[in-house]
Amino acid sequence: MKAHDPLRVDAAGAPYITPAPGVGRVMVLVVAALVPGIAAHVALFGWGLLVNITLAVAAALVFEALMLAIRGRPVVSFLADGSAVVTAVLLALCLPPMAPWWLPVTGAFIAIVGAKQLYGGLGYNPFNPAMAGYAVLLIAFPLELSTRTLPLALQQAPPDLAATIAYSLGGGGAAGLDAMTAATPLDRLRTGVGLGQAMAEIRAAPVFGALAGRGMEWVNLAFLAGGVVLVALRIISWHIPVSMLATLAAVAGIAHLAGPEHYADPLFHLLGGATMLGAFFIATDPVTAATTPAGKLVYGAGIGLLIYAIRAWGGYPDGVAFAVLLMGLTVPLLDTYLRPRIFGARRARVRDGS
Amino acid sequence: MKGLWRFPGGLRLAGAKGSSGDGPILPLAPPPRVYLPLRQHVGAPARPVVEVGQAVARGELVAEAGAFVSAAVHASIAGRVVEIGDHELPHPPGVAETCVVIAGEGGEEEARAEVPLDPDEATVETLRERVRAAGIVGLGGAAFPSAAKLKPSRPIHTLVINGVECEPYITCDDALMRHRPEAVIRGALVLLRLVAAERCLVAVEDNKPAAAAALREAVAALAARSPEPVPDIAVVEVPTRFPAGGEKQLVWTLTGRAVPRGGLPYEVGVVCLNAGTTAAVDAAVHDGRPLVSRVVTVTGPGIRRPGNFEVPLGTPVRHLLEAAGGTTAKAVELVMGGPMMGRRLETADTMVVKGTNCILVTPRPDIAPPRVMPCIRCGRCAAACPMNLLPQQLYWHARGRTFDKLEPYGLKDCIECGCCAVVCPSHIPLVSFFRYAKTELADRERRRHRAEESRARTDARNARLEQQRQEREARKAARKAARARPRSAPASDEAVEDTDAAPPRAAGGAS
Ligand code: SF4
Ligand code: SF4
Repeated sequence: MKAHDPLRVDAAGAPYITPAPGVGRVMVLVVAALVPGIAAHVALFGWGLLVNITLAVAAALVFEALMLAIRGRPVVSFLADGSAVVTAVLLALCLPPMAPWWLPVTGAFIAIVGAKQLYGGLGYNPFNPAMAGYAVLLIAFPLELSTRTLPLALQQAPPDLAATIAYSLGGGGAAGLDAMTAATPLDRLRTGVGLGQAMAEIRAAPVFGALAGRGMEWVNLAFLAGGVVLVALRIISWHIPVSMLATLAAVAGIAHLAGPEHYADPLFHLLGGATMLGAFFIATDPVTAATTPAGKLVYGAGIGLLIYAIRAWGGYPDGVAFAVLLMGLTVPLLDTYLRPRIFGARRARVRDGS
Repeated sequence: MKGLWRFPGGLRLAGAKGSSGDGPILPLAPPPRVYLPLRQHVGAPARPVVEVGQAVARGELVAEAGAFVSAAVHASIAGRVVEIGDHELPHPPGVAETCVVIAGEGGEEEARAEVPLDPDEATVETLRERVRAAGIVGLGGAAFPSAAKLKPSRPIHTLVINGVECEPYITCDDALMRHRPEAVIRGALVLLRLVAAERCLVAVEDNKPAAAAALREAVAALAARSPEPVPDIAVVEVPTRFPAGGEKQLVWTLTGRAVPRGGLPYEVGVVCLNAGTTAAVDAAVHDGRPLVSRVVTVTGPGIRRPGNFEVPLGTPVRHLLEAAGGTTAKAVELVMGGPMMGRRLETADTMVVKGTNCILVTPRPDIAPPRVMPCIRCGRCAAACPMNLLPQQLYWHARGRTFDKLEPYGLKDCIECGCCAVVCPSHIPLVSFFRYAKTELADRERRRHRAEESRARTDARNARLEQQRQEREARKAARKAARARPRSAPASDEAVEDTDAAPPRAAGGAS
């Protein structure tokens, strides 16, 4: 009997049950859910995105490892949590597909070092690192960021993988890019409306497809599919995507009904730009989003509203990054004031202190 | 019984009932010694009424209830009292409590100190007194003295018999309901009378069809036998979702009424007792048998022959493990209670107490325990919390030692069910943090209380000194007035000084 005396192991106590899948697996599933959207994007817009992802991920891992080492954290287990990879992929997805190599690398640096590790690493960053990286790039390099590639279908001689890599590593600026780029549908819409063109006229431009921006409509649908899977697997909760998309659709719908000549229809907004990517993959970043159910609904709604406002009246063509960053500011407030009612409480006590 | 109500959060846990599940309730041979702690329950410890060297029969009273919320202790084996001294309790680990130790002398002598009662004839007072005298506490684990529950200060509409064992592995109540359903139903009838409820709901999880069927049969048999209409007893199957058997969760599931924060079910017109407790009430009333044994599940991958045993209280865990074939070489963790809410035992030399429902032996994990990662605020814990708390915020404040934030975030409402810790992808031992924070808060409370007490003592002392000074002054004035006997004054003054020097105990005690 003595030999079988229960030894102590370094378990922390109950529950004595198989633990849930770790953060690493959650991140793997998130990346997996991004694959359909990435595939659609590559199919419709060329190899550029893959080159960007590769560069961003590699750079993010290097920066993350360096910072962990400097901060004296266990490098391997923290790298294995996969959060840097997710950040890098999301960042790359926001960049123009044909971009010089230093764009994803600089973005990864800002995201990982500036927005994440300097705030204390995973779990402590107040702002979505990918969006912070993108926003800084957008402000610092507006030209590079707005040089958007045309869908392959509209290009005369789409570059192959080798040419894309060469373009990227060459630091951009190679001749011939002009033939592949044009204003994005959201840009085109903005200028068109600004010039007083009728909606039908604007939408007749080749960059527009049947539902929204040509090409991007399918990419959005693919992200929607991946996002729905994440919700079904309960990797993310439905609150933020649903409230964000519903709000965006509602506001766009009202504006469209009020002035169909000036305001695009809700479907265009839902399937244009980074809407679906933002709804399911960016706004739902656990660390920086609101955490309570009611808080998530307000947070999502705020993002939807801001996206519309920025697209319709703001200074940037797409509003996802700024909307997410702006709403990030409200998270502490939302988390404090929109707490669920404790079971058995007559009224939720909203105040933090006593 | 129409709709059931869904409580927030909760988890579907993989069932692991099979290992101890289907067999009979095995009687356990009396151990050579039993260790009967005077405090096995919530409330004040019992007061011993035996002396070392005294022979006791099984069922004989060894310690009487020390207060209204307290419970008597009876000899669980026949033998001789060999010691009344401190032994380590199962929980909290390291805390010793006075135990009456009885060494068995092989005799099976049973004391029937109490006569059987006819619950229909006996008065409510007599019945309640019987439950109290039998030393019955909640056998589901909480160990709240049952008699104290049976004098609710508000009208009760529903008596709930809790047959829900939501923890994986534990099957003691299941076994009891399958093998002794009449005892549960008879006990329920007694309780119905005691609390004057209109109806009784016996709740069983829907993964225990055999127990539900047995209970229903027992109700039907009772109805067939009884010449008069029988009270309204319904067996209700509730969804298997942890922690469906938590008192607040169960009351909500059955009645849609939320027990107020920090409150008890009677506040919403419900009294809730565990099925094992109900059977113990039946034994106390119908057989005059006090609580001297209980059904304990011995199970887990680390045990050779899992099963349910009828165990004399105070039996050393080691004895019980041996009866279950001993532990396997891989066994490392000894847990009292289930895998979700149980507590690790530091040693097998501690004893089975009234609240012990399960001894779980878990094997050494094949993989290293996962590293604890930072909280990513994913909110999964909050979604799983049946009390609607925000575990991530509690964790944040417990870790940062900003303890005063824990109260508004409902630390006290945490039932330590472990749902949050199970779902956390960062593998944060959330419950351990909450337990730690609770002890810390309790310590602070105690310190504050003590500070207040000593302040009150000082105030009382100052008041007393002030009063004495005034008296002295009054006397001086009186002396001045009557100068006839100037000599006696110093003596009386000295006497006053003497009283001052005495420790201010009396004043403190009074405050
Ligand atoms: S489940 Fe774990 S990681 Fe997620 S919010 Fe809760 S404590 Fe943080
Ligand atoms: S242990 Fe406490 S905080 Fe965690 S889920 Fe249970 S009640 Fe909620």
